[in-house]
Amino acid sequence: MNSASLSRWLLFGEWRAHFVQMIVALVAIAIGVAMAFSIHLINTAAFNEFSAASKSLSGQSDLQVYGRKAFFDESLYPLLANTEGVALANPVLELDVVVPGKLQNRNDHKLKIIGIDMFRAVQISPDLLGLTEEGKTLDRLASDAIFLSPAAMEWLQVEQGDSLSLHVGLQTITLRVAGGLVRARAGQRIAVMDIGVAQWRFQQLGLLSRIELKLKNVVNHAAFKVKLAEQLGESYRVTEAIDQEKRIANMSRAYRVNLNMLALVALFTGTFLVFSTQVLSVIRRRQQFALLRVLGFTRQQLLRQIITEGAILGVIGSLLGLGLGYAIAATAIQLLGGDLGTNFFPGVKPSIYFDPMAALIFFLVGLIVTMLGSIAPALEAARAKPALALRSGSEDVAMAKFSPPWFAVICLLVALLFTQLPPIFGLPVFGYLAIALLLIGGIALMPRFAAWVFSRLLSQLQRYRLSAVFTLVLARLANAPNQAAIALGGILASFSLMVAMAIMVTSFRVSIDDWLGHVLPADLYVRAAASGDQGGFQLDTQKAIAELPGFDRVDFFRTQQLSLDANRPEITLFARPVDRTDARNTLPLTDDRIAPGALPGNVMPVWVSEAMVDLYGYRVGEKVTLPIGATFSEFLVAGVWRDYGRQFGAVQMQLADYQRLTGDLSVNTVALWLQTGMTPDAAIANLRQLPFGAALEISRSSDMRALSLEIFDRSFAVTYILEMVAVVIGLLGVAASFSAQTLARAKEFGMLRHIGVMRRQIFAMLAAEGGLLTLLGIVLGFVLGWGISLILVFIVNPQSFHWTMQLHLPWGWLTMIAGIMLVSAALTALLAGRQVVSGNVIRAVREDW
Amino acid sequence: MAESKNTGRRYFLRFVSMIMLILSLVAAETIAESSRLLPVVPDYKLTFPHDYGAHQDFRIEWWYITGWLETADKKPLGFQVTFFRYATDQNQDNPSRFAAKYLIIAHLALSDPAAGKLMHTEKSAREGFDLAYARPGNTDVKLDDWTLVREEDGRYQVDMRTGDFGLQLSLTPTQMLMLQDQNGFSRKGPKPEQASYYYSEPHLSVTGTVFRQNKPVTVNGRAWLDHEWSTAYLDPEADGWDWVGANLDDGSSLMVFQIRKKNGGKVWAYAALRDVSGEVKFFNPEQVEFTPTRTWKSPHTDAVYPVEMHIRTGEIEWQLTPLLDDQELDSRQSTGAVYWEGAVTLIRDNQPAGRGYLELTGYVKSLAL
Repeated sequence: MNSASLSRWLLFGEWRAHFVQMIVALVAIAIGVAMAFSIHLINTAAFNEFSAASKSLSGQSDLQVYGRKAFFDESLYPLLANTEGVALANPVLELDVVVPGKLQNRNDHKLKIIGIDMFRAVQISPDLLGLTEEGKTLDRLASDAIFLSPAAMEWLQVEQGDSLSLHVGLQTITLRVAGGLVRARAGQRIAVMDIGVAQWRFQQLGLLSRIELKLKNVVNHAAFKVKLAEQLGESYRVTEAIDQEKRIANMSRAYRVNLNMLALVALFTGTFLVFSTQVLSVIRRRQQFALLRVLGFTRQQLLRQIITEGAILGVIGSLLGLGLGYAIAATAIQLLGGDLGTNFFPGVKPSIYFDPMAALIFFLVGLIVTMLGSIAPALEAARAKPALALRSGSEDVAMAKFSPPWFAVICLLVALLFTQLPPIFGLPVFGYLAIALLLIGGIALMPRFAAWVFSRLLSQLQRYRLSAVFTLVLARLANAPNQAAIALGGILASFSLMVAMAIMVTSFRVSIDDWLGHVLPADLYVRAAASGDQGGFQLDTQKAIAELPGFDRVDFFRTQQLSLDANRPEITLFARPVDRTDARNTLPLTDDRIAPGALPGNVMPVWVSEAMVDLYGYRVGEKVTLPIGATFSEFLVAGVWRDYGRQFGAVQMQLADYQRLTGDLSVNTVALWLQTGMTPDAAIANLRQLPFGAALEISRSSDMRALSLEIFDRSFAVTYILEMVAVVIGLLGVAASFSAQTLARAKEFGMLRHIGVMRRQIFAMLAAEGGLLTLLGIVLGFVLGWGISLILVFIVNPQSFHWTMQLHLPWGWLTMIAGIMLVSAALTALLAGRQVVSGNVIRAVREDW
Repeated sequence: MAESKNTGRRYFLRFVSMIMLILSLVAAETIAESSRLLPVVPDYKLTFPHDYGAHQDFRIEWWYITGWLETADKKPLGFQVTFFRYATDQNQDNPSRFAAKYLIIAHLALSDPAAGKLMHTEKSAREGFDLAYARPGNTDVKLDDWTLVREEDGRYQVDMRTGDFGLQLSLTPTQMLMLQDQNGFSRKGPKPEQASYYYSEPHLSVTGTVFRQNKPVTVNGRAWLDHEWSTAYLDPEADGWDWVGANLDDGSSLMVFQIRKKNGGKVWAYAALRDVSGEVKFFNPEQVEFTPTRTWKSPHTDAVYPVEMHIRTGEIEWQLTPLLDDQELDSRQSTGAVYWEGAVTLIRDNQPAGRGYLELTGYVKSLAL
């Protein structure tokens, strides 16, 4: 027999004999790779589509000029068009307009309308030119014409020629669907109108959202950009397409990175499982390998044999994983959308793009991880002295080499150190590393810890009269901790991650619930469809609402988007009446604030969200300048408040200050407190009676609260799925290691049967072993998970989303999951053992000698 | 991205092709009549300088300058400059400064025998923000950095430059205005309302600079200016037109056109020959006859143009020879207009008689996209 056919024979022999274990290993690799790959695919698809859609809107311009606020005066347009070096200036008015009839979906009831001058846009963003009816090209300029992308037509249920009603402030206007935007991206929901018509119909006379510039070829773009930015001053910002991309990437980066991290956690759990399966499989065959060595197999041949085995598993598993990952990603995008239901990328419909490079990387990760799992035990098996290895019971000693205690201690110490480090590029890199190290260290420390716990238990319990079976169980667990630890590793990894996620999500949810109570104190909130730069309520309508009977208190809010940094998404400005005696009565302030009454009278206070502190470096007690009104004004940061709604920053100021600075008396939102005895329904009916009542968007705070929590739950749905996958992988690990161990222990069971132990007792023993191990795993997993949750709550979240929260533990849920895991692990152990114990007793014993 | 650019062009092309349909024929019924816009009537008396300027109450208006130039080294060049003003009849009550009430469109073409083909470019914009306008009172048209201005002394200044070519010309009148047809009321069809207001300024003396590959060349020459405005003048039966404006060597000026019928024959024709003393001889439709003597098939559009034409006005026989064959203005890749607008030399009774421009429209069927 030559070595190749011997190798093949050994391989197939092993797989035939341990088919289930091989399948489990394959599944583990496949699931790990699939999770990581599918998350990667979904994220890239969603992000690419979102950024392509945004790019298609701004076309092929060299530079874009934006105001600090959402809109600026059109007089800049001729100025830019006449600037030396500018080949083309393309004015754009972009509006998000409320669609009546879509209001029930608060997150998704707006249509993006882009007002363009077709004669300018044709050279920069030709895709935005509407397709008219044959021969009616000038319809693009018609004063009632709107052009819709296919996705928008579908969403609004209209076709060419239909009329479309939209809310503008408190009025409703009717437009005619003059045609389509056939070049819009799939799923992109946009509408295009003539810029002059849009200004007129949407009451935006004199205003633009941006001006896109094409420069002459001879102009140095970078120098021009700097010069223009200087000329335009602080009120405008000049960006390049690349800045735009950065901005979009920034918007969703934290979300994407966190999801990728979760995927890596799935891969990590899978890795661990592969590792343990490989280790067990090699250890189990120590005698077989020793025999081969004695028979003339060289060390290299043996090494090659084991590594080949791992490589084949790795290749098949990773390929399966890629296919599975692609299928999962495709299904998830179909069912949940590219942002997995979180609304991070609204208005686009991504399609998955198979990137061979990425696929290769994920394939290699899967393969390398499997190979690593094989190489360590292979080296050990090759180095082992055949004479020693041939003896029974040497397995545990062999395993001890895989978990030196100093390694575990170093991991844990470094993890501790990493929790103290700041974020890198706004990402909690060290936080995640700390989590990984905590897991690795915890698992590595496992055998020693298990030995210690069970030997303590054994010596403690020996005083009592223990049953023989239970003594056997404890003795086994105390004295051969390494095999037990490997089984435990899977449970430990998956359970601790689950605990961590559960604690984090609960803490977040409870904090958000509290916060919602704080930010939605009124009974009713009334909004008017924003009409661009103006709040929907002018003075007369404000007065009409305030004069309605049945309200205790009426507050007006003005909200606006402000741009402080060209590379960051816009922040939100709230102008509202804030309690002068104590701002805590109005805002969910943290302890970081100027004491009530200590505020000087001659300054304008602002209260900033936590994100402002992290992103813009605002500090309580410091003066800041903000572009409110015609110029920049100075404000005093009077406090920091929690904001779970806007991770890019928000600022609150007194409405009176805002109105004095800007002269803008319009507001967007009216908060209404009901008098006792007034029902919300009666109040709503009164509001609807107003002349503009039909156009009002009225919400009860209780509904808004419920809806916010629903959105929260939906955005964490994917987290729950990933947790479940981690648990399933963990249980698979239990099954794999127990079946491997019980097989390896066939002789032990045979011996026990010989000395009179009943088959039933052996089953009890197995169940008890499984149960005790799982219990230990759960207890440790809980401690580890709690530690990880601290990192998630106090490091990862503040660093990536710039909000803090309080820790809350979901005891009920954790207990339930722990119970389920305990039972299923014991059952798994039992089932795995059944097969072995039912075999022939004589043969089982003989096999050993 | 190239693909999307082309799509954009295709949309745009449809738009401009519509404008060009109005210019270069097709049914008058496509023009929705509006009470706001005025009809062209026979008894209107053209007054100047007022009528040099824009007439916003009419649907469409153009200033059209064609001419022959000569470089310092005696090389001939032909040029064509056109500014159109078009009333959209939309947004009349729209107070926005972007309201697209009027559109300004401009064409620039240079015929250089050395290049062997026409160089041309065009632009469009809505009137507004002083970036594009056609002012009333005197000729004053602007489209971004392209301008055509008539100065107080009657001199026209043209400045049109683009990426790689352009011109900067000064055109000085040497003769009086030439009111076409009935004192500037120019009939275009059998019905009286099928007409335009139309005057020409022949024998403009040209000096200035032409840019080719961004290199300036000093030029001088002779040009012909047409200014025409109307609301609706084309007969539904019209298929295209042939037009000639020529500055003759003896100082006289010739303008001839015919509007062709869809199935052969002509809808209308007209000719006027003014001698150097100012005496004008008019020819009625029956006296005017166009006979193609040589055709040229465009490699760009496959259209077949009668680039050599025999024209009879009454007893006079004219033979037209083009400066070069390929003077087709093919802008389907950008604005969609396709017509032949070329510098020609005229022979009268076998003697060189002068130089002018021949315009041939409606030869590309794909105009009706």
